[in-house]
Parts: sequence; C-alpha cells; structure tokens
Amino acid sequence: MTRPTPETLAHTARRARAAAEPAADVDQAAARTPASPATPAVRPTAPAQVSGAGSLVRSLEALGVDVVFGIPGGAILPAYDPLYDSSVRHILVRHEQGAGHAATGYAQATGKVGVCIATSGPGATNLVTPIADAYMDSVAMVAITGQVARASIGTDAFQEADIQGITLPITKHNFLVQTAEEIPQVLAEAFHLASTGRPGPVLVDIPKDVLQAPTTFTWPPTLDLPGYRPTLHPHGKQIREAARLMAAARRPVLYVGGGVLKAGATDGLRRLAELTGIPVVTTLMALGAFPDSHQQHLGMPGMHGTVAANYGLQKADLIVALGARFDDRVTGKLDSFAPDATVVHADIDPAEIGKNRHADVPIVGDARHVIDELIAAVTVERSAGRGTDLGDWWTQLDDLRNRYPLGYEEPADGTLSPQYVIKRLGEIVGSDAIFVAGVGQHQMWASQFISYEKPYTWLNSGGLGTMGYAVPAAMGAKVGKPDTVVWAVDGDGCFQMTNQELATCALEGIPVKIAVINNGNLGMVRQWQTLFYDERYSNTELGTHKHRIPDFVKLAEALGCVGLRCENAADVDKTIAAAMEINDAPVVIDFVVGKDAMVWPMVAAGTSNDEIMFARGVRPVFDEDDI
Amino acid sequence: MTMHTLSVLVENKPGVLARVSGLFSRRGFNIDSLAVGETENPDVSRITIVVNAESSPLEQVTKQLNKLVNVLKIVELDPQVSVARELLLVKVRADRSARTQVLETVNLFRARVVDVAPDTLTIEATGTPDKLDALLRDLEPFGIKEMVQSGLVAIGRGSRSITAGPALRAA
Repeated sequence: MTRPTPETLAHTARRARAAAEPAADVDQAAARTPASPATPAVRPTAPAQVSGAGSLVRSLEALGVDVVFGIPGGAILPAYDPLYDSSVRHILVRHEQGAGHAATGYAQATGKVGVCIATSGPGATNLVTPIADAYMDSVAMVAITGQVARASIGTDAFQEADIQGITLPITKHNFLVQTAEEIPQVLAEAFHLASTGRPGPVLVDIPKDVLQAPTTFTWPPTLDLPGYRPTLHPHGKQIREAARLMAAARRPVLYVGGGVLKAGATDGLRRLAELTGIPVVTTLMALGAFPDSHQQHLGMPGMHGTVAANYGLQKADLIVALGARFDDRVTGKLDSFAPDATVVHADIDPAEIGKNRHADVPIVGDARHVIDELIAAVTVERSAGRGTDLGDWWTQLDDLRNRYPLGYEEPADGTLSPQYVIKRLGEIVGSDAIFVAGVGQHQMWASQFISYEKPYTWLNSGGLGTMGYAVPAAMGAKVGKPDTVVWAVDGDGCFQMTNQELATCALEGIPVKIAVINNGNLGMVRQWQTLFYDERYSNTELGTHKHRIPDFVKLAEALGCVGLRCENAADVDKTIAAAMEINDAPVVIDFVVGKDAMVWPMVAAGTSNDEIMFARGVRPVFDEDDI
Repeated sequence: MTMHTLSVLVENKPGVLARVSGLFSRRGFNIDSLAVGETENPDVSRITIVVNAESSPLEQVTKQLNKLVNVLKIVELDPQVSVARELLLVKVRADRSARTQVLETVNLFRARVVDVAPDTLTIEATGTPDKLDALLRDLEPFGIKEMVQSGLVAIGRGSRSITAGPALRAA
C-alpha cells in the first residue's frame, strides 16, 4: 500500500495511539500450519472490565488478527466502538459479500484466518454466498455477525434473521453467543475450528445486548471441544501399503488436490514426486502446489483439463489422491472414471474417503504428515530394490503431451483472442504475482495459460463456482500480501457483480489490478448454448460490447481507479506494461475480446473422461495398443 | 433398504438436534424414529435414530455426523446384541360391553391401564416395535381413539457400555 489515503492515515494514527498496548505477534511461519493446534500463543492478560463488544475486539487482538473486512449496522454497532481504537484494521467494504470473499482471499493468500463482520438480518444473509464458497473450498474464515437482542430473537424483530440456522449446512460450525462471559472462549474456539483439521468457515452470531453487557475479559480462555479431534497422523500400516503399491505400479499417477496447499506440503510433494518419478496432476484447487513447468506435471485433470492429465488418470493402474475429493468436475461420469486404477486416498477428512470413489487404501491424515511418511516408506521400498521402470508409461504420456498440448486458435473474425491476452498477462507479470479468477471461461483460460510455479499464487472459487469472487478476493489477497502484485482475471459478467469493491480498494490504498476479459457475454454459458443448445443464445448477451454499457473504463475511473482499454493484439503488451507501472491506485484493463472463443479441451458434463474433446469435433486418438 | 439403529452421543447444547437431523433430511432420508434424552452424564445427551437406508449412503451420513463438532460418538446398534424398546400410550374405545375383552388383551401383552373413562381405557405398553404392533392389531377392532408412540431407545447387551470417552469425563 504505497499511496496513503485519508482512511489509511486515520488508521495509522489510531494504530499509533494503540501502540502503547501492542498487538500479539503473529508467528508468520506458524501461520500456515493448520495442523498445529491454534491455541492462541499469546501472553495471558490480566482480567479487565469491558463490554461484550470490548471483549470481542480484545479477543480478536489476542488472536493476532490484523485486519477484518466488514460493514457496521444496528445490531453489530456496539462492536464498532472499541474497534475504532483497536490495533485491528477494519476495512469498510461496499457489500457484505465483498467482506466475505475478501476474508477468503486474505486467508488463501496468507494461510491465516480471514475475518469478516456484518450486522444482523440482511448484513448476515449477504454473507451467505461467501460462507458457502469458503465451505466448498475449505477456507479458514471466521464470520462475526450481530444479532438482535436476546429478548427479541424469534419475534421477527427489525433486521432479524436466523443466521445460525441459515448457515448450519454451509459452515464447519457456528455459534450463537448466549452471554458476554463466553465471548473469548467462543472466539478462540471459532479460530481453532476454522484453521485446524480440514479448514472451513465458522460463524459467530452475537446478540446486541450481549455486546452491550458488562463482562470481564481474560485471556487465554480454555477450549472445550470434546467432539473435535482431527486425525493428523496417518496409520503406519496404510502408509506402508501405499508405498508398496507405488513401488509396484506400472502406470501410477499422483492426483493432487487443494489439501496439499492447505497443509503446506508442497515441498514434500515435490520430493515425493521426484523420488518416485510418478506423473503429477493438480486440480483446479491445487494449481501452484507443483510447478507447472516441472517435467513430471501433466497439468490439470477434469472437464477442462489437459488430454495427458485425463488420459493419465483414465489409464492409471494406481491413483494416489492427496488432499483431493474426486469431484464430479474431475471424474466426469463416475462409473467410468479410471476403471483399472487401485486407489490410495489420503485426506484429513474421513468423510471424503470413499465418498465418490471406493478407496482401496484409505489414509486419514494431514497431507504434510502423509507425504513425509510416504517419502520415508517409499525410500525403504527403493532401498530394498523394489520399484518399477515407468519408462513406457512416460513414453505414452509424453506422446500425448506432444500431440495434444494446450492451445487455441486465433479467432477467424479478427477479434482479440482472450487466450492470448491471458497468456501474455502470465508471461509479462511473472510467477511471483498472485492471480485471482472469477468463474467461467476466463477462469479456465487463466488456469490453463498462466504458469503457476509457486504455491498460493492462484486463488479462485472452485467448489461453489461463485461469479463475483475475483475483485473482493483480490482485494483480500492484496491486503494480506501488500508487497505482492495481485491481478484479478475477471469476466465482464463476474465483474459486474462485485466491482463496487474497487471503491474500497481506491479509498483504502489497495492497488489491485483487474484484467476484465470482456467478451460481451456470459461466455461459459454461451459456450454451452453453442455446443448443447443449438446456438440459441438465450439471455447470455450482456451488451458490454454492443452498447458499451457499462463502459468499464469510465466505471473504473468513477470508482477511483485507473481505467485502460485494449482492443487489439498489438496493444496487449504495452497495456499490461502500463498497468504494471501504476502502483498507487487500482487499475482496470478492459480487454475487449472476441465472443466465440471456447474453452478446450472439454469433457461434456455427465460424460466419461474417455470422451474428452481436444477441440470442437476433434477427439484425441489414443493408441490402445500402447497399454 | 434395511433398518439401522444409530446411537449418537452429543453435547447437551441447544441446536444439536437440528444439526443432526439436517444431515438426514438434506439427503432425503426419512427418520423412522428419534429419541433424545440425557445420559448418566448431564452434559451428554443420547440420540437414538432409526432410519431406513442403504448401507453406503448411511455410512456417508455417519461420517458427516462424526464431523459435527457437538457429536461425541456414534455407534450402530446390532439388533442381535442390543435391547430396543418403545413406549406406547393408546386410548381405546371400551364401553361396558367391550371392557372385559380389552382388559384381557392388556393382560396378555403385559400392558397397563393408566386412565379410565366411562367409554375408554388408556393403555400404556412398552416393548419392541413388533410387540407394540401386535398389541395395536389386537386393539384395532375395539376402536383406537388416539395413540402416541415414543421413539425407540436401545442399549447394547452385556457389560460393555458406550460412553463419551475420557475427553468429556475429564471436563
């Protein structure tokens, strides 16, 4: 954050006032260790007489929270008074959905818990989408909501909504705080639940009168979660069995999911892959967990995955799934998925194992421990002389990689190719930057044509597929990683859902960069209409081309950002370079691209991965004799 | 589909039943019977759920139940090695002419009369669901005016017991 704004200056001043009472040090190294108990490692605090709201804010400080995203309102208002003097930075968003996705972006970029705050009723219900999004993608998030006073609960009071009931199926856990005394304990439990085991969102709903009640704040509280005992260490027998299978397999594949990133296990993954020589596929949630440029990387599997990654899984005799969940977008038609494969399935969540695909060797444990122990067990196998030559397997896979690389055709109508824009963006910006995508064609192209070499450089809404995720999530990522360049790759449809958070970015000094891949349409839906609905384009044209409504350059400027436009290939590099030069304000580039480009390869929904189409009407030729 | 009896030990806190039942309802499972009550430890409640389901989706629900923070332990009770009982209260038409026959049925099933009115008897019976079904079949001809049944409660045979484990006992 290089440009001070009135808001950041005011916060700095408040922070200086609060410096007499320093915030707890956050252990950066320990931040990405969701496996370790998140017992707040802070100095015990002498009991202090405060309000419930004061207790809430003191708890956030004690938990090492440095930033929260939110909007005040009636029921949560008591909390905003102590927050005014707190070391915790509050970023005032323009819509609660923005607060939720910002907390997610912050969490995914930093490995810390993301926090968002909203008032009761509509404030809380506006958080529902980002909470569901965080639940599907296992993001450590704590959402704090105000609730009407206890006496009014259940009376249809003004701005009352049963947010605990509403979020029951989309949170890892949620709390309705009953007394001011329990606030520190509930907050500590919420952070512990959100960040350990399989991470997930936790909601804390606090009635207004509880926030106003006098109480005593003491820290640290004792956690009381007798029913919560995540299994971190895998069973040795299962690990040895997995290692034995890995040594014996002729066509093995490591199927890597987001759990490997959550566990901070990427170094171990690389060692395991290089030790065994086994091909690696990384899911949409795992991009960056294994370098895209690595020789052993086959790419992403699934609906828009590479031919080699899908073929690798389909023909595998052994799949070692690490922190992945056999999602339908990966497996295609489930009963024809990888018919010959023995499955080793390692996940921290026992409910994922065997949910979609039977696991021959189930392993419950944190991916970091699983991978470390697999390395040790595989080393034992190899030193005993056991192992197979994967030469034939690699010959087949390399052949497919060469014949069916990711690519695209220039549009015949001379319009700007969206794939070219995204490819150049990745090449010019480089692999140190964080890329945040919305949902749709641009998301798939960003997953395909940008090379992810480092963990936590690719953020997107994978499970829920939330359009509008990119701008607020990029904002959260930039707040968490202020020295890293953060680019959102967004579509014109997605961008119109949440672009108001650019006002937040402009005022709070959060210089994100947004590449709007503007094809004038809801592109992915249009692609399906092209392929499956006889080119009947019902309600997918947005008018951002035909009528230039909205004009994204003017919109950007109205929101306090720099707006640029690029309409032809010759200008792509210099427009990106111009955006890279601007570091004191958010930048939006309106890339006006052709509407007919499609995402390939593609496995049509509900069909087998064997039916993968390399391009429209082009099926890859698999040489069955090779197997 | 087969009947399964799950014993779920949970923290005795508000809202836990909604969390548990929600996992069944969203998958379209109809809960046949549900009974909730405190255990020997007042901090722990025991939910007995009878559900008619295929084994594999039920296993997924059981795993999801285990993930609920307030759930301490889940055991599926095998009918062969457990004792299961329901409680039935039934108001039967029993005027002067039918009363002797109704009382005979009550005695036959070792049930009890708990309330008497000029034209009805209210009968209390406990037993397995099969026994209570048989009792109801026999009472049917007299005319059942009203009935209420508890959920099934069940406990394993032998000296072994299901407890919440040391984590909670220590607390």
